[in-house]
Amino acid sequence: MAQSSQATGGHTSIPALLQRNAQRFADKPAYREKEFGIWQTWTWKDVQREVNNLARGLINLGVNEGDFIAIIGSNRPQLYWSMVAAQSVGAVPVPLYQDSAAEEMAYVLDHCGARFVIAEDQEQVDKVIEIQDRLHQFEHMIYLDPRGLRKYDHSHLHDFRHVQEQGHAARDELTPELERRRAKLDLTSTCVMLYTSGTTGKPKGVVLSNRNIIESAQNSSEFDNLGPGEEILAYLPMAWVGDFIFSVGQAYWTGFCVNCPESAETMMTDLREIGPTYYFAPPRVFETQLTSVMIRMEDASRMKKWLFDTFMAHARKVGPSILDGKPVGFMDRLKYALGNILVYGPLKNTLGFSRVRIGYTAGEAIGPEIFDFYRSLGINLKQLYGQTEATVFITMQPDGEVRSDTVGVPAPGVELKIGDNGEVYYRSPGVFECYYKNPESTADTKDAEGWVATGDAGFIEESSGHLRIIDRAKDVGKMADGRLFAPKYVENKLKFYPNILEAVVFGNGRDRCMAFINIDLSAVGNWAERNNIGYSSYQELAGHPKVLDQIQCHVEEVNRSVAEDPILSGCQIHRFLILHKELDADDGEMTRTRKVRRRIVEDKYNDLITALYDGSERISTRTEVTYEDGRKGYISATLEIRDAAVQPDTTQKMAAE
Amino acid sequence: MNQMSTEGYTTADGRQIGGVLMEMKNITLRFGGVKAITDISFDIREGEIRAIIGPNGAGKSSMLNVISGFYVPQEGEVWFRGAKRPPMKPYQVAQQGIARTFQNIALFEGMSVLDNVMTGRLTHMKTGMVAQAIWKGAAEKEEVENREVVEKIIDFLEIQAIRKTPVARLPYGLKKRVELARALAAEPKLLLLDEPMAGMNVEEKEDMSRFILDVNDEFGTTIALIEHDMGVVMDLSDRVVVMDYGKKIGDGTPDEVRNNQAVIDAYLGVAHD
Repeated sequence: MAQSSQATGGHTSIPALLQRNAQRFADKPAYREKEFGIWQTWTWKDVQREVNNLARGLINLGVNEGDFIAIIGSNRPQLYWSMVAAQSVGAVPVPLYQDSAAEEMAYVLDHCGARFVIAEDQEQVDKVIEIQDRLHQFEHMIYLDPRGLRKYDHSHLHDFRHVQEQGHAARDELTPELERRRAKLDLTSTCVMLYTSGTTGKPKGVVLSNRNIIESAQNSSEFDNLGPGEEILAYLPMAWVGDFIFSVGQAYWTGFCVNCPESAETMMTDLREIGPTYYFAPPRVFETQLTSVMIRMEDASRMKKWLFDTFMAHARKVGPSILDGKPVGFMDRLKYALGNILVYGPLKNTLGFSRVRIGYTAGEAIGPEIFDFYRSLGINLKQLYGQTEATVFITMQPDGEVRSDTVGVPAPGVELKIGDNGEVYYRSPGVFECYYKNPESTADTKDAEGWVATGDAGFIEESSGHLRIIDRAKDVGKMADGRLFAPKYVENKLKFYPNILEAVVFGNGRDRCMAFINIDLSAVGNWAERNNIGYSSYQELAGHPKVLDQIQCHVEEVNRSVAEDPILSGCQIHRFLILHKELDADDGEMTRTRKVRRRIVEDKYNDLITALYDGSERISTRTEVTYEDGRKGYISATLEIRDAAVQPDTTQKMAAE
Repeated sequence: MNQMSTEGYTTADGRQIGGVLMEMKNITLRFGGVKAITDISFDIREGEIRAIIGPNGAGKSSMLNVISGFYVPQEGEVWFRGAKRPPMKPYQVAQQGIARTFQNIALFEGMSVLDNVMTGRLTHMKTGMVAQAIWKGAAEKEEVENREVVEKIIDFLEIQAIRKTPVARLPYGLKKRVELARALAAEPKLLLLDEPMAGMNVEEKEDMSRFILDVNDEFGTTIALIEHDMGVVMDLSDRVVVMDYGKKIGDGTPDEVRNNQAVIDAYLGVAHD
């Protein structure tokens, strides 16, 4: 492995990269955070000092090599430093989702046996205190924001700054120990452990080594020519592998600046103020932004609306080609340049995308309209395909080869193969070490030769070499008559409509497909306002006949489009209903990353599925809901079930002809 | 509770309450022939949350206006920080360290949240209007210092996202919070809240209660509040004054007040002769 240690320039751990950056980029901003209305900046030198003080403070508190330190909170520079400080003293950082309920946290904290927790504020501290009796190894908690915590028992509770101060005061005694521990880190030592959100079963702890992180960061940075001048906004959950690779891996590798928003609500303002050059967002974020632009345009004056419509139509025609450097006529270019001054430029500025050089989306399929909208504005939005077990990168789209229906070519260093059942397998330097304390799952996922099953079914397009994903491999099933059932494929088509937030399609082993729909309250709500339709709740709007009419149109359009593909034409939706509540992670119906837990939905709404199949026209139901603070309640509703027109089966038609 | 020493007391949750901050001695307030307040005495101690409750028309708001110096009582004395307070203008009262919020929100609707909260710093600004307009030297330094205080309060009350939003565009619950921010910006010794939860839904009430407790805890601000929601009052306050028809009918801890027959009668209603 001497070879790869050379490849990473001899820098074998994140703390080692920090030392390098503190010399190479000493006074260049490394972190910014908006606090008290002003962007506060820390240079790489400052970060080195902060991390060292904290690391010594951790040793002072009794952190041993190999300990696990859980980190809970929103994106704050201090929490990022906590991860690097933990690594510096030979401990393993375990970032957790800050919106997890105490119950979910209990499982993870117990599973990894965390002795230390670094929490952002009172909310997180309270959650850990609530469950601490069940955690045998838990000893100390460190908090960032002292608000409301003054009167707490401080025998095991420490202020972040005090820990740093103690670390600073004891610098003479503890620095040799810190340096000894830091020198021991190499490419094989564990860099971070991330719990996968787990669409099924309990979360699994994915162990990623320094090699996984550093080589993946290096490869991907080179793929997109990322340099120390990039600016990113760190706003996605710290527990998610993507945030770790962008805000830690790539940031430390290339030395770019990580900006932390003031709060979740100010994200859009902060985005505008920072104007990142490198930006990542799940499709949902792009979708929400587009929806809000469209809603605001609906309310704009006629002149503005005309300008917007005219130039957007032109942008859709030539924008992507200009972005890809394809030949475009002079007049078209001129008109696009004019549009850039009048519409695209100001719009990009409003969205905070003026400076975006590379934008990525991943995690879910993105609607072609949404994707094309951003690209036609001249934003280089691309797709990548990845997962925690691969340290994110499996495939990425190179500049100039961007399409909405593929996820790109294998990332540097990644090998791909397609299994007999259509499942995608990969092998790369980013392949995870193991699932913590779970050798069976590790063996199930990763074979002896290092090939990892993605769990997704897909194929490599022969003409371009790009990978196309159809669906989750385990969700792909057979209908009663043996035709292919790919629910996600249909659900994504449905979700591309702004009115539809979420859809769940059923039909595995059955003769026909049925669907649950969640409407998008902001889009449909705005439509209702403009059409003088009064409503008081999601439930009432969801049951409105005119809303049902609209959704029915969408479903029928999707059926027409699905019917065009002979393999998948069996997945047309025969009947559907609009759910009376939004699917929610607090009810366990979705993961924290907002992926539907199909099986749980299937069990919970079994009565509704029965009604869909038995032909009834309406169904009364009562559903348990969990509020954000953990209390439970019930909502009852009577739902109308609609039939949707389906296209005749093309396979049969072809046979008949 | 009534025989409490002048050195203060310790609350049920272990907070140390100090000596008397403000004392109302035999206050009577008349509007022409109408007696709004009849011979009421009570004190407010440093660091406590003191509630004034009572049915509609009991004279609670009048009492608050007496405390804030807006009404001058015909009889009785107001003592603040160990000295008898002469009749003053409201701005002089503000300079003494008393700030308030209003039952019907009284913000500058066209101004941003930030500007509204900045107005709360007015009593702390010394430079003149001309200097502020030129905005050089002392005036600039002063604004920066005051802005810092205001930003801490914005952070404390979690209204960063609406910092630049005109107040007119805000929902009711947030306006109430902005008003609290403005009152806090004055860094008052005594904070008067006139029905801080009126018209709020349960969630907004919970948030507001949290903020009131945090203000008291974090800044050590003494708080006197009027509130209709009995649940909120009993949870928040250390001591409660109960008024009915302009008279004091009860005074003590929430538990004492809850078991006071006169209070129960006033709320449940008995025939008055």
